[in-house]
Amino acid sequence: MLNTLSLLIGITLMYSTPFVFGALGGVISERSGVMNIGIEGMMTVGAFIGAMTGYYTESPLYGVISAALVGGLIAALHAMAAITFKADQTISGCAVNLLGPGLALFFCRLAFDGATMSMPVENKIPKIFGNKVTGLLANLNVSVITIVALAAAVGMWFLLYRTKWGLRICAVGEQPAAADTLGINVYKTRYICVIVSGMLAGIAGASITLDVMAQFTPTAVAGQGFIALAAVIFGKWKPMGAYFACLIFGFAQALTVVLGGGSVAIPSALLAMLPYVLTIVILILFVGKSVAPKADGIAYEKGKR
Amino acid sequence: MNRTMEKLLKKPITATIVSIILGFIVAALILTAAGYNPLEAFGALLRGTMGRPKYVANVLIKGTPIIITGLSIAFAYKMGLFNIGAEGQYIVGSIAATIVGILCDFPPAIQIPLIIIAGMAAGALYGGIAGYLKARFGINEVITTIMLNWIALYLCNFISQIAPFYKTGTTGTYAINESGFTVLFSKWKTSEAAADFIAGHPLIGDMMRTDFNIGIFVAVLLAVGITFFLNYTAKGYELRAVGFNKEGAEFAGISVKKNIIHTMLIAGALAGLAAALNITGINPHNISHLAMFEQNGMNGIAVAFIAGGSPIGCIFSGLLFGGLLYGGQSIQYEVGAPSEIINIMIGTIVFFVALTKILPTLAEYLAKRGETNA
Repeated sequence: MLNTLSLLIGITLMYSTPFVFGALGGVISERSGVMNIGIEGMMTVGAFIGAMTGYYTESPLYGVISAALVGGLIAALHAMAAITFKADQTISGCAVNLLGPGLALFFCRLAFDGATMSMPVENKIPKIFGNKVTGLLANLNVSVITIVALAAAVGMWFLLYRTKWGLRICAVGEQPAAADTLGINVYKTRYICVIVSGMLAGIAGASITLDVMAQFTPTAVAGQGFIALAAVIFGKWKPMGAYFACLIFGFAQALTVVLGGGSVAIPSALLAMLPYVLTIVILILFVGKSVAPKADGIAYEKGKR
Repeated sequence: MNRTMEKLLKKPITATIVSIILGFIVAALILTAAGYNPLEAFGALLRGTMGRPKYVANVLIKGTPIIITGLSIAFAYKMGLFNIGAEGQYIVGSIAATIVGILCDFPPAIQIPLIIIAGMAAGALYGGIAGYLKARFGINEVITTIMLNWIALYLCNFISQIAPFYKTGTTGTYAINESGFTVLFSKWKTSEAAADFIAGHPLIGDMMRTDFNIGIFVAVLLAVGITFFLNYTAKGYELRAVGFNKEGAEFAGISVKKNIIHTMLIAGALAGLAAALNITGINPHNISHLAMFEQNGMNGIAVAFIAGGSPIGCIFSGLLFGGLLYGGQSIQYEVGAPSEIINIMIGTIVFFVALTKILPTLAEYLAKRGETNA
């Protein structure tokens, strides 16, 4: 019993990690007033870059860093479209989602002899208790990046609610015109937030290919970015809210893993639906009045009231 | 000079064409950087789409489902709803069409409509769920439809592995009964008389070597029908009013909630129809285990956006995509460059479509400058 429970906790934490980074990316971007449904595409690119760098440099740290940088680069494109060109943010986010897998697979074929999968990464992100523990500790032996995810959520909470930069970000996302009259640079703030959002999404992708799977495959990122978006809404655009929402989604996935290996004869296809059914049920029961930041998704034009 | 320029820049079609050209330029740059000759690659693409009547037929076949899912998304977008769920609605449509096609065996005149209605009903129901959840609980349709997509995928995997549908030794179900096929001249094609005809008529004969079916005609009719519905009927006016200004519509006595549900029902039915047409029209006429989405709905999003939300535009952008997706394979065969360059190109085009919203603004700027100079 204790064994199953600890296994469940360990797997929950592992699966929720990519969601957490993705969702935090969503929170920071949308808090500044830019909708980012391109998280999935940025994650895919991050997943590939992470695995490739991790494989060739044999350093998971370089893998994560390069994934963050490239994720930020892709996000800069989205930022340019959404902020400077005042583009429809849904369309530009969708473009990123179309572009991400295309870029990842194209360069994967170039980097790995025409294969759409990377070679397995030797050095995964280290575990918190090292490689030699057994028993209960082994079940709970999550990787360092899982702890970083929690730290990032707490950090973002602190940033948004306890610092003047956080106040500015929220102001820009709620009342950009008012923020502008107070001398806050709306465009710059939004650019920074969207780029940080992409960096977090890149890390989210790398956490899949350097921790959960240790390899890039065409299905490495398959919907996690969208689940992260659901977590943003479910968590009411708050960092800690999103964090706990991600834990619930991670738990639902862990449940399918643990139940799938058990004696209960539920067809695996039906079991796999569980996280998604659960999400809808949770949304019906709890989300109720989930209200987005006021200026979310609306381009800011100077002088327009 | 400035006036014509201004008019030109304000036309939506200009933005679309500029985006497509830019998409090709970016793809060419990436191909060059990766060490391939872009002209060779685009040559291969062109030959792969138009080189033979057979290829053209395949482009039409490939384009049909995404034209229709594109219509589904464009339609919902007119109402201010973003139907990412076309993918899932397509999947449940194909599940329902397959189940009915296997279990029933009526003469074609009954069987085909029956299968198509089943696919549409399943898709409508699935879209309706998202619409209801939005209207009743205010849950964002983007989130629910994404979740519903995954549920549909696993439902497909479940149905395709159970009796009486599962075909032993395969990863999928049996094909639907032949009475439900909509492939044009499917029986006649294999007869001896047909063999002579195919040999004697290179153009039509070559097209007959494919699964050329009624789908593309249905797609075109739908696009015209939807345009008419939106612009010339009271219901279409209501829907557009809600999409344009929710509060205004409500004030005018139009029920926003009811129209949200109706829109999602129709959008879902369209996606389901696309699926049913594929099940009846294309080999292997069944559903099978899905490791990943087939992207029929997701490509529909791109089709709808490139068409600028215009139903008629969806026909052309759908065919463009059908061509890119089908012809893109030849890039890999002939030039050796990864066929994913097509996905990059599609993503880039959609990205520039988003950016080119700047063109009308640019036009206004040019006009203003013209005034001050005059």
